[in-house]
Amino acid sequence: MSTVEKPSYKVIGTRPIRHDGVDKVTGRAKYGADIRLTGMLWAAMLRSPHAHAKITRLDTSKAKALPGVRAVVTSKDFPDQGDRLVELGEGSVNMKHLAANVLAHDKVLYHGHAIAAVAADSIHIAQQAVELIEIEYEVLPPVQDALSAMKPESPVLNTDVRTKGYVAGGPGSADQPTNVASRIYFEQGDIKKGFADAAVVVEREFHTATVHQGYIEPHNATVLWNADGKVTVWMSTQGTFTARQQTAELLRIPVSDVKVVPMEIGGGFGGKISVYLPPVAAMLSKLSGRPVQLVMDRAAVLLATGPTPGSYIRVKVGTDKSGRIIAADAYLAYEAGAYPGSPIGPGCMCIFSCYDIPNARVEGYDVCVNKPRTNAYRAPGSTNAAFAMETVLDEIAKQLKLDPAEIRLLNAAKEGTRRVDGPKYSRIGMAETVEAIRDSAHYQSPLPGPNRGRGIATGFWFNVGLKSSVTATLNLDGKVSLLEGSTDIGGTRTSIAMQFAETLGIPCEDVHPSVVDTDSIGYTDVTGGSRTTFSTGIAAVNAANDIKQQLIERAAIHWQTTPDKVQYIDGGVTCSDGQRLTFKELAAELHELGGPVIGQGTSGKEAQGGAFGTHCVDVEVDPETGKVQILRYTAAQDCGTAIHPSYVEGQIQGGAVQGIGWALNEEFWYDPKGLLRNATFLDYRMPTCYDVPMIDAIIVEVPDPSHPYGVRGVGEVPICPPPAAIANAIANAVGVQMTTLPMSPPKIMAELLKQKK
Amino acid sequence: MRDFDYVAPTSLQQAVELLAKPAGQARPLAGGTDLIDHVRNGRLSPDVLVDIKKIPELNLLEAGPNGLRLGAAVNCATIAAHQAVQAQYTALVDSCQIIGGVQIQSRASVGGNMCNSGPAADSTPSVIALGGRCVITGAQGTREVAAEDFCTGPGKNVLKPGELLVELRFPAPAPHTGSHYRRFIPRNEMDIAVVGIGVSVTLDDTLKIITAARIALGAVGPTPILATAAAQALIGQPATDETYQKAVPLAREVATPINDMRGTKDYRIHLVGVLLVRSLQAAVARAKGECPNYKPGH
Repeated sequence: MSTVEKPSYKVIGTRPIRHDGVDKVTGRAKYGADIRLTGMLWAAMLRSPHAHAKITRLDTSKAKALPGVRAVVTSKDFPDQGDRLVELGEGSVNMKHLAANVLAHDKVLYHGHAIAAVAADSIHIAQQAVELIEIEYEVLPPVQDALSAMKPESPVLNTDVRTKGYVAGGPGSADQPTNVASRIYFEQGDIKKGFADAAVVVEREFHTATVHQGYIEPHNATVLWNADGKVTVWMSTQGTFTARQQTAELLRIPVSDVKVVPMEIGGGFGGKISVYLPPVAAMLSKLSGRPVQLVMDRAAVLLATGPTPGSYIRVKVGTDKSGRIIAADAYLAYEAGAYPGSPIGPGCMCIFSCYDIPNARVEGYDVCVNKPRTNAYRAPGSTNAAFAMETVLDEIAKQLKLDPAEIRLLNAAKEGTRRVDGPKYSRIGMAETVEAIRDSAHYQSPLPGPNRGRGIATGFWFNVGLKSSVTATLNLDGKVSLLEGSTDIGGTRTSIAMQFAETLGIPCEDVHPSVVDTDSIGYTDVTGGSRTTFSTGIAAVNAANDIKQQLIERAAIHWQTTPDKVQYIDGGVTCSDGQRLTFKELAAELHELGGPVIGQGTSGKEAQGGAFGTHCVDVEVDPETGKVQILRYTAAQDCGTAIHPSYVEGQIQGGAVQGIGWALNEEFWYDPKGLLRNATFLDYRMPTCYDVPMIDAIIVEVPDPSHPYGVRGVGEVPICPPPAAIANAIANAVGVQMTTLPMSPPKIMAELLKQKK
Repeated sequence: MRDFDYVAPTSLQQAVELLAKPAGQARPLAGGTDLIDHVRNGRLSPDVLVDIKKIPELNLLEAGPNGLRLGAAVNCATIAAHQAVQAQYTALVDSCQIIGGVQIQSRASVGGNMCNSGPAADSTPSVIALGGRCVITGAQGTREVAAEDFCTGPGKNVLKPGELLVELRFPAPAPHTGSHYRRFIPRNEMDIAVVGIGVSVTLDDTLKIITAARIALGAVGPTPILATAAAQALIGQPATDETYQKAVPLAREVATPINDMRGTKDYRIHLVGVLLVRSLQAAVARAKGECPNYKPGH
């Protein structure tokens, strides 16, 4: 459904076959671990068996002596990072922490923390050599949840962490080592007065589990440190330029000496932005003089990459008798993992972002714990927050006997609403997504049968803009080679080519997009923040306009006139005297009209919008086991303008499925010693096709005024509403309000048994 | 992963000779779905893998008036597709259809599942409930062990170094017998049992009174457990929910589960009762010749 009269597009809104489709379905697409280089060595890593320990002895001499071993590295082989922050595209990073995460320094901070690596003639020799590394530890007590780690008596992970934004008397410390890395605080209006005036107040506490992105393809890096000092990295990454910069900074060599060649990526979801392996493989290559391949296995991926934080959230909301929210207060503590940097900031910004709330306060803490360093995961921080806010709002609706959709519409943020963290919204489609659900066949249908219930929830995520570059070469046959630096995760080769084709009025099939290495394209930020179709799309539109301008000039030469007499209209050029050449005809003449035409475009503008989604789910709860079946699922989302509706639907469906995983069964399961006991896809339970029905996607189009075609980012929003929607559906089905994720069968059963007493 | 040798003997005699090495150095390889993973992860590091799939005795699958003979290397897909097994040993079909996906089922064997001796093995409770006996051959000759006595602890069983599980033998079921295996898993497929229960029930000619029953519990102790008292409580009783409820506390009593990432102790004990009733309902329906509505994983 569209909220405005749409311009009549020729390419946008159609569903062409993706350019990389044949390679993907025939298995010819090359992923990171598919690379084979002459003389390549295989590498394996030593990882910590402890959650928290000092390394008291590390001796690699026996490993080095094993025949077939070519190089062994530990953190001692890397340059010192000093105490510095580096801007890495999506925020600044403490290089000392990043380096210590790549290879532990004097302490290991989580089970699976990398310590050393070996390169050898075969993977089996490398693995055998890892076992020959002699290491001794002084095991320290671990701390694994934010609230415990905030206590003054808790073991402290990092001696150099102080509380950023510390306030006297609050958690953490301004001058002593602490696990509390930062405090976030937002306030608007007068919450004291707001709550005093409220007719209904609900306050609840929530806990969410540590969960992993669960990409199918493990992390990988194949690196050649050439004799000329130039380093080439073949890897799958969400951002070649940030991978290049992180690698260069960790090795302390100039960025221009590093070239990152992107391989196809088997999923990222935010987890393939930070580097783990390239600097290690690079150093092994430098020491051995050979190319080195380092690939994680599944256990390493789960132990030592990702995840997104477990969290503690407390939310208090007060409304008047009509259900209008007049005060809201939130306290959030997110687990950063071993080093500072949880998405507490976005969590605090998102928790009240769907609503217009006059009096609000949000306080948040980023807390180090003995778990892997957290990384971005699809709308980082927002899903945790939505679980809390959206279930509290449902409880209020129940008390006031309001329809869950109506209370959301009553309070919906709209153009001009000020978020608690400051910004005022431009045109947004929050209310439109709720209306789309309210009016859907699903929401309007009856749900008969015992132990069945329906729930809805809304979620929000930002669109970042950031920087992108695109280059387009016009070929004599009238087709275009389109080079871009954005990793294609969700079909963006095609969605970017479509915007380029629309601008020039040519068929999408005549545009041949390629994702190229860092030496072959201008700087491009990561595929993340729901930015690629938006921002690289703008760069592509700019490149197309550049070509348009050049073609007008060439046509002027052809017609022996001046460019002001020529117009580019509808896939061709028209002269003021009525003569016309199509794009293809003019392309064939280019070499006689001044030579090749290359268009370029960049973008760097920040998106203004942000996107909202509202989901509706029907569940059935087994009253004897607590197991939840998803019976029906509908997700509505404002995507601004759907460039390629199939990929928009795919993103909505994929995000919803991941959110269902958070809701029902996914969690890192640590034993009392702090060891991760479910580092396999058998026991880290992501939903399978047997657990999820077809997700119906409703595309809502409220164009973003800051994009030439009105695009909003799509990828992240759909993970936010599912846990809350499912919790609300469970409450509706069996009357228990869940406040802990995942809502696994034992937890629901425990609540059902309590209810029976 | 350490390098190992691979041999594929074609007779039982050769296999027994090849396996007669100090403990752990030679390992029999059936489907390999557990073994290869153990070797890859370094939990086992054998010198030689003895592929037993080319030995005729281990590929036997024969049902007759004297019962069922099931070679230890016969894969799950073959077992589940076998007509006589479907008709008379249905619990085995239930097990074989939920062990992994199609690829795993086409490799993995019930014999291998027994020998891997995992407490949550999905076929062992069925083998026990159906009264299976394990035929074991070694340098010292051949012996038989009741299925419920085969496993001795997690990953442990009665096989001595050099001994090989050759086949499983099941008695022919009496008329009006039905069997069922059911497990609870958090997802609907591709998961490991939080609790698994295999039952076999025989009814009298009126199809109303239970005359014989066997109940085996999985994933609630170091080995699968034969719940004798719970089964005894059913005998001579009408096949009703009320009767099944009487068996519940007796089955829960013998369960000794642990807390782990697959479930808590309390939750597992709770599930024993839920699954026992559900599996008895399904087995009784089968004994009556009905086709019970059964959703795996619930």
